Amino acid sequence: MNDLRDLYQEVLLDHSKRPRNFGVLADADHQAVGHNPLCGDKVVVYLRMDGDRIADIRFQGQGCAVSQASASMMTESVKGKTRAEAEALFKRFHELLTGTAGPETVSELGKLAIFAGVRKYPVRVKCATLAWHTLHAALARKAETVSTE
Amino acid sequence: MSPAVDPLCSPIPRRPFDVGRVREDFPALHQRVQGKPLIYLDNAATTQKPRPVLEAIRRFYEQDCSNVHRGVHTLSQRATEAYERARETVRRFLNARSEEEIIFVRGTTEAINLVAHSFGRRYVRAGDEILISAMEHHSNIVPWQILCEETGARLRVAPINDDGELLLDEFERLLTARTRLVAITHLSNALGTIPPVREIIRLAHARGVPVLLDGAQAVAHVKVDVQELDCDFYAFSGHKLYGPTGIGVLYGKAEWLEAMPPYQGGGDMISSVTFEKTTYNRLPYKFEAGTPHIAGAIGLGAAIEYVATLGLDAIAAHERDLLIYATEAVSGIPGLRLIGTAREKASILSFTLEGIHPHDIGTILDHEGIAIRAGHHCAQPVMERFGVPATARVSFALYNTREEVDALVMALQKVREVFGL
Ligand SMILES: Cc1ncc(COP(=O)(O)O)c(C=O)c1O
Repeated sequence: MNDLRDLYQEVLLDHSKRPRNFGVLADADHQAVGHNPLCGDKVVVYLRMDGDRIADIRFQGQGCAVSQASASMMTESVKGKTRAEAEALFKRFHELLTGTAGPETVSELGKLAIFAGVRKYPVRVKCATLAWHTLHAALARKAETVSTE
Repeated sequence: MSPAVDPLCSPIPRRPFDVGRVREDFPALHQRVQGKPLIYLDNAATTQKPRPVLEAIRRFYEQDCSNVHRGVHTLSQRATEAYERARETVRRFLNARSEEEIIFVRGTTEAINLVAHSFGRRYVRAGDEILISAMEHHSNIVPWQILCEETGARLRVAPINDDGELLLDEFERLLTARTRLVAITHLSNALGTIPPVREIIRLAHARGVPVLLDGAQAVAHVKVDVQELDCDFYAFSGHKLYGPTGIGVLYGKAEWLEAMPPYQGGGDMISSVTFEKTTYNRLPYKFEAGTPHIAGAIGLGAAIEYVATLGLDAIAAHERDLLIYATEAVSGIPGLRLIGTAREKASILSFTLEGIHPHDIGTILDHEGIAIRAGHHCAQPVMERFGVPATARVSFALYNTREEVDALVMALQKVREVFGL
């Protein structure tokens, strides 16, 4: 049960049940659709940019607890950040999930560090990164659907 | 017509069905996963293999390894005999008229592609129609879509009701003068439904339309007699029938197979080749280009013999008991919705739990040593029909037990606990 609690922490369950910044962003100027063909999970990320800064962000979609919580917590952590800061955070988040993150990276990630529990479940890493890949595509103004495959 | 005797029973002595003893035959079942005894409930994806299958493959590679149909030496003769004996075993298993009608392929997917390609090339033209059902696996959808795209034919889909049963009137309505082929599952991998295939075949034949049955799921759970069914094609995979991966079978009525052009060109499928003209080999070799999966065919033969010693009727009775027991046991779990509640079904329990994604169910059950499938089961149109992105799927085999079902129910309660439900 301990490993399981590492994965399904209270914060994660809370975000998956009550996702923050959920819904369409009416005045979005960037958006992208992400898709995990393995499980059919889908996420849409909407952005309103203020110059280089993410002024507002919302997401929509359906998926497992890990993917929903990850999307929800991502929106909270990147709102107000610049493009470069958001991309840097994605890089650190990815390092956390693949087990290559050093201790200072983990501290920079703040609340997102709870996703370290996903490391023990390699097939679930894609669930946790789906929203981030989609954010990356939205920032790059890529119009196409991104896929975790 | 076929004689009334069970083709599987006559030559092979039966052994009484005792699940405890049967489990001893499957080495993979006796391991711990995540510190817990493995409970393998993902049999619709693939089944575990019994010792006689493992031994047959090993014996081939250790003693008889050689190519087939081409050597005069002893090993090649032994390999050829074993390979052809496996074909005869498959023939008996399906009660086909002749070994000519048994083609070894990679699996169900290749069998269906063979028909789409070869039958399609010969008989399907622009404006024609291929009729499938709304509960098909992607491998009985996509080959027909490709064929339709290439020929200008049209894919028609017979709908299902909320229980996952085929709407036979709708099916009949969609059967028209333009229909060239009906391709339908014999047991839905996502829902467990067994459609009324006899009725389907009768209706189609009344209009002169041939029928392909996708038997990937059915063969391990339902007795198949292709002469009695009178289907024109039957496709299945060895690995879902306790045999190896990479081997499967296409049964086709000889009349069709004779008329169809070859699928792939190469060695073994020809009787003579010059640069001006090539004469194709006789059936079934016309459709078996290149060195086949010899060990796979031998392993499949051993798997079929294994199943026959237990008897498909005894296996089916055991699995029916498990399915009824499990259906009742899970129905007490709050928020559980069964997807697929057809009157005629077998071996499969597909469900969702309110507020919990199937992926999370799969991960937490794995933690309890329980293997199930979570996802769309290569049947995305079925998921869409039921308005769910995915389901959790439990699928039974002959070696599963009621105790395993009890453990599953306990573990599902645990899933709800983890989610604070
Ligand atoms: C109903 C059905 N048809 C076809 C297939 C494809 O079988 P294979 O992957 O062995 O070719 C499957 C396997 O999942 C199936 O369940």
